[in-house]
Amino acid sequence: MSDATFNHDSPLLSARDLQVRFGGVLAVNQVSFDVKRGEIFTLIGPNGAGKTTVFNLISRFYVPTAGTLEFDGVALNAVPPYRVAELGIARTFQNIELFEYATVLQNLLIGGHVHRKTGFFADLFHTPKVRQAEVDAREEAEKVIEFLDLQPYRDTLVAGLPYGIRKVVELARALCTRPKLLLLDEPSSGLNVEETDGMAFWIQDIKNELGITVLMVEHDMSLVSKVSDRVLAMNQGETLALGSPREVQSDPRVIEAYLGSAEDMSFLRRPVPFVRTGS
Amino acid sequence: MRFTFKTSYEQDIALAKHGGHRLWYGLLIAVLLLAPFVLPEYWLAQLSFVLIYSIAGLGLMLLAGFTGQVSIGHAAFMGVGAYAQAYLTNHGIPFFVALAIGMTLSAVVGVIVGAPALRVKGIYLGIATLSFGFIVEEVFARWEDVTGGNAGLNVKPPEIFGFKLDTDLSFYYLCLGLCVIVTLGVLNLLRAPTGRAFVAIRDSEISAQSMGINLARYKGLAFAISAVVAGIAGALYAHKMRFITPDQFSLIQSIDLLLLVVVGGIGFVHGAFLGAIFLITLPQLIALGKDYLPDAIGGAAGLQAVIYGVVLVAFVLFEPLGLYGRWLKIRTWFQMFPFYRKGMFKRQKSFTKSDRLK
Repeated sequence: MSDATFNHDSPLLSARDLQVRFGGVLAVNQVSFDVKRGEIFTLIGPNGAGKTTVFNLISRFYVPTAGTLEFDGVALNAVPPYRVAELGIARTFQNIELFEYATVLQNLLIGGHVHRKTGFFADLFHTPKVRQAEVDAREEAEKVIEFLDLQPYRDTLVAGLPYGIRKVVELARALCTRPKLLLLDEPSSGLNVEETDGMAFWIQDIKNELGITVLMVEHDMSLVSKVSDRVLAMNQGETLALGSPREVQSDPRVIEAYLGSAEDMSFLRRPVPFVRTGS
Repeated sequence: MRFTFKTSYEQDIALAKHGGHRLWYGLLIAVLLLAPFVLPEYWLAQLSFVLIYSIAGLGLMLLAGFTGQVSIGHAAFMGVGAYAQAYLTNHGIPFFVALAIGMTLSAVVGVIVGAPALRVKGIYLGIATLSFGFIVEEVFARWEDVTGGNAGLNVKPPEIFGFKLDTDLSFYYLCLGLCVIVTLGVLNLLRAPTGRAFVAIRDSEISAQSMGINLARYKGLAFAISAVVAGIAGALYAHKMRFITPDQFSLIQSIDLLLLVVVGGIGFVHGAFLGAIFLITLPQLIALGKDYLPDAIGGAAGLQAVIYGVVLVAFVLFEPLGLYGRWLKIRTWFQMFPFYRKGMFKRQKSFTKSDRLK
């Protein structure tokens, strides 16, 4: 970073009092958190807690009804959705959103779209500059292919790939934007145990080798405790606890959100059996 | 089976991926260049029509096949190009100048029509473009000072650098030249970031946007390019017909273009050409077949429309990938013999799409 005003201590992403209201439903209410540079920050919570809504706020698909988001010194609320990737935020989706009828390489090249250097007319006439830019884009994509071991699938149509591979391709496409912050929406959903382990290694590699900050939503607690530096637990749109994976997991409020409290569950107790005498 | 070893990035970018491509497309060009000296005049005229419809089909293919935006009013863009060309040529403006003005006009109209595409999708966009088609047809019919109204408009032959292209031969070469240029342009776009952005929008708008693609810009661009290409086809069509009326650019023409891309193979550049060949030869085949049918059927007035409809339905049901898809299957069958499996080209159903943000 050559930016003179760059400050290592300032958070990469900071959310302040985020609120989203869909009609009468408060999907996210008073949520504040900071994602520090170079950490893996995880959002957890039961279904409907508002985790993906927070992601969609950062991606600018939703507009917050109140609160602010600041990314690397830029107020995100004023940025149109298609400029978010340019700022350095890439994301994956809960249910894979790849370009199905394009090859893996083409998907990755679309990931490099934010770095395009040529305009429409140059593209139309395929000027030498376009040719050079295409070669460069392929070199960049090749780095990611190598990083994630996708060589065998380079020219395969995504539509023909198994689910586990698609998940990796989506991660690869996000990396091709060369982001500062990577949003992973349930990276392990639909993966088997081995694939989840592989994903955990990759997430750690992304942090350690590429130096990319990761913000993820995840349900698999073993993956969460393995990779996360800090965890934010949410329930019904509100913050429950923030801290290390261990702290959050042992927080009584978090346990209550997942399992319910003793009183809530009392109705589920088996009633005292009526003992019949005789047959 | 052919396996191309890619040894450089240039090879991946090049249009001709291997020697076979160079040989076959070279041969095709040679055949097309020599065709006028072999073919009788009638068939040469039909070949010109194939080229014109290929251009129009390429325009719609880029929009419907590669950007995923349906247009049921594409004849209107052809009409804009045709009337602009007719009006300007009749006022003594040379061919290429008139063409450039017509293209600009088409682009403007395309952007205007593309505007609703930012808000509406699928069938609703179809309806929006359909009504646009009606509006434009109505404008052609009413704006009599320029278009001659329903009485039609005579079109002078094109003039390039002082040469009048009033023979079938010279006009054929004009069509061929423009067709090659448009095809190369479309192929260039498709292998560059612009074309990839189109494909991204087709496959998933939401993730295209999160990859930094400005939906408004690229959808507008797709409509503009598509309209320009259809406008070029329209200009050639006007010269070819030598007399244009509004009903040549009616809904029927739009449906013909849609038929062309679907039958040819939606999502393939080749599909535009195969579709155009199909569209031009089918009426001939029907005419030939009429003699062998009983009078009650052969002489029926709506025979052609019925056959078109049946063919379209049959393709949608049995060969959604169109003629080009059929060719791919045949080729793969031979390449992989005897290992071809029936389901190889089946599109997998995806049940995991997230809820699209509307």
